[in-house]
Amino acid sequence: MNAFSCQSARSFKSVVWTAGLVLLAAIVLAVASLLPESSPLHASAFVVSLAGKYLAYAMLALSVDLVWGFAGILTLGHAAFFGLGGYAMGMYLMREIGARGAYGDANLPDFMVFLSWKSLPWYWCGTDHFAWAMMLVLVVPALLAGVFGWLAFRSRVSGVYLSIITQALTYALMLAFFQNGFGFGGNNGLTDFKDILGADLHAPATRAALLVATGVALAAALLAARFIVGSRFGNLLVAVRDAENRTRFLGYRPDQVKLLVWVFSAMLAAVGGALYVTQVGIINPGEFAPANSIESVIWVAVGGRGTLSGAVLGAILVNFGKTLFTAWLPEFWLYGLGLLFIGTTLFLPNGIMGLWRPTKKNDPEEITPEVSAPEGEHP
Amino acid sequence: MTEALLLDVRNVSVTFDGFRAINSLSLALKPGEMRAIVGPNGAGKTTMMDIITGKTRPDSGTATFKGHDLTRLDEPAIARLGIGRKFQKPTVFEALTVTENLLLSLKGIRSPFAVLFARQSSRERERLAELLSLTRLESVANSTAGDMSHGQKQWLEIGMLMGQEPDLLLVDEPVAGMTDAETMATADLLREINKTRSVVVVEHDMDFVRALGVPVTVLHEGSVLAEGTLDDVSADPRVIEVYLGR
Repeated sequence: MNAFSCQSARSFKSVVWTAGLVLLAAIVLAVASLLPESSPLHASAFVVSLAGKYLAYAMLALSVDLVWGFAGILTLGHAAFFGLGGYAMGMYLMREIGARGAYGDANLPDFMVFLSWKSLPWYWCGTDHFAWAMMLVLVVPALLAGVFGWLAFRSRVSGVYLSIITQALTYALMLAFFQNGFGFGGNNGLTDFKDILGADLHAPATRAALLVATGVALAAALLAARFIVGSRFGNLLVAVRDAENRTRFLGYRPDQVKLLVWVFSAMLAAVGGALYVTQVGIINPGEFAPANSIESVIWVAVGGRGTLSGAVLGAILVNFGKTLFTAWLPEFWLYGLGLLFIGTTLFLPNGIMGLWRPTKKNDPEEITPEVSAPEGEHP
Repeated sequence: MTEALLLDVRNVSVTFDGFRAINSLSLALKPGEMRAIVGPNGAGKTTMMDIITGKTRPDSGTATFKGHDLTRLDEPAIARLGIGRKFQKPTVFEALTVTENLLLSLKGIRSPFAVLFARQSSRERERLAELLSLTRLESVANSTAGDMSHGQKQWLEIGMLMGQEPDLLLVDEPVAGMTDAETMATADLLREINKTRSVVVVEHDMDFVRALGVPVTVLHEGSVLAEGTLDDVSADPRVIEVYLGR
């Protein structure tokens, strides 16, 4: 268009392709699952829910990449937002059960009857409405991320200290959700869901629709993330990541810049969590376990940090590997994951996506060497 | 006080862990003035810059810029008021291209939401072209800043400062690590910049200060030791004592 438009190396063309592929794969699998079981192309319910789970995880990975790859915030607690989104969706699904629960109470979920509660806690109000529950999916994680980020970024907490606090955040949530009195089913979490918006959750058509919905959400999230990192704001994010102080002296407030992308990322993770719960059929405090957040960072590292597509690719591949591995050699999975992470760090610093890209002469992370005599004159 | 001062630092003191980095320092700058600050290591040159740009809060004293109290503002607010700062070590955004670096520096949009939806305006395009030619970086406009030579990074950073359109430029040792030719070219550039803006330059290189041909303030142990032309202060026995003595 003009000579000075940003012809950046970071144009993220692959992201559009990835979004298209994700959507295509979801639709193809969904259609295949609706074929008669005798058809050779039939996809089983197991495969469909597995694919849905992978795509939901990919959404979490994407949200991690957005803050880690572009804003330099190494989050080790993003599963907190994923879990909160999942619980908000779980609350709605619990209310949908209605009187069909084991205790037959039309108003109270089973676990509350079991705890001899007489009425719903106030924060469960309105969760029988799908729209309200969806609002909770977005707003609760956004609020938590907003408060947490505001405090952390304003106090200029960064680097490994921030990582540790994010880890503490998700751990604290895990402990809280384990409490029966917290009102979310304690240890067992929320489960035994029957239907969503009146459609049977176990029906092939509903499963197919949920898979497509997850594909659409992930594709949309990819495009939104691409818009963000491709915009001038994306440049500002990278600037804050590499030289935060310098941006301050240009008149930017890096705390606000980080807060914006942090909250958006939390909301993406939460949508992933909500879609995850519909397809996996359970949400319990284990989702908040610190190991889950760390795993999501490994997915991003394996796929390629700061590439968006790599996050999706990494999440799907590593989880596929996990599915195979845990079926064959369950006790060795964690060792495998650890080796994968070490191997990636040593041999593939730019992840799988790094294989496609020409290796750069200068690593941007590298500190400028103090050159005593500059080599070239200005032409 | 007949003429309004652009920058007025008065009786400022700062102590770090008992060490008095700045001791009742005063510095006044009229609009359009250029001043060179010299002084041995530890004289408080950088701390003085830190106070003016909001990085360090003084323990006592006042600092005003265009009538605003600088001691109550943080770095971004002071930058938006119109004080630009160039650090000793060139700090450009290495992962971005030269053009992207300059674009981020351009005066105007600063709030995150506005930046998110910003589209390059024709005025911004013109400014970029001006800055690229001023800093002689047109041929590398779309190269990654991290791949530039040291001198080019210095010039890019000066270009970014110009992009901010500040009223006052603080420049910390701009010619450190430059060749003689680059040093003289930088002196020319600063004199050119001074036609429209006030400039404070901190520098060790006396040839460079002489080439600038501007009033000199000598700092020593956190306060002003002497002020005047380079020849006057060079002849001042106290200055000679500080630089050569002991």
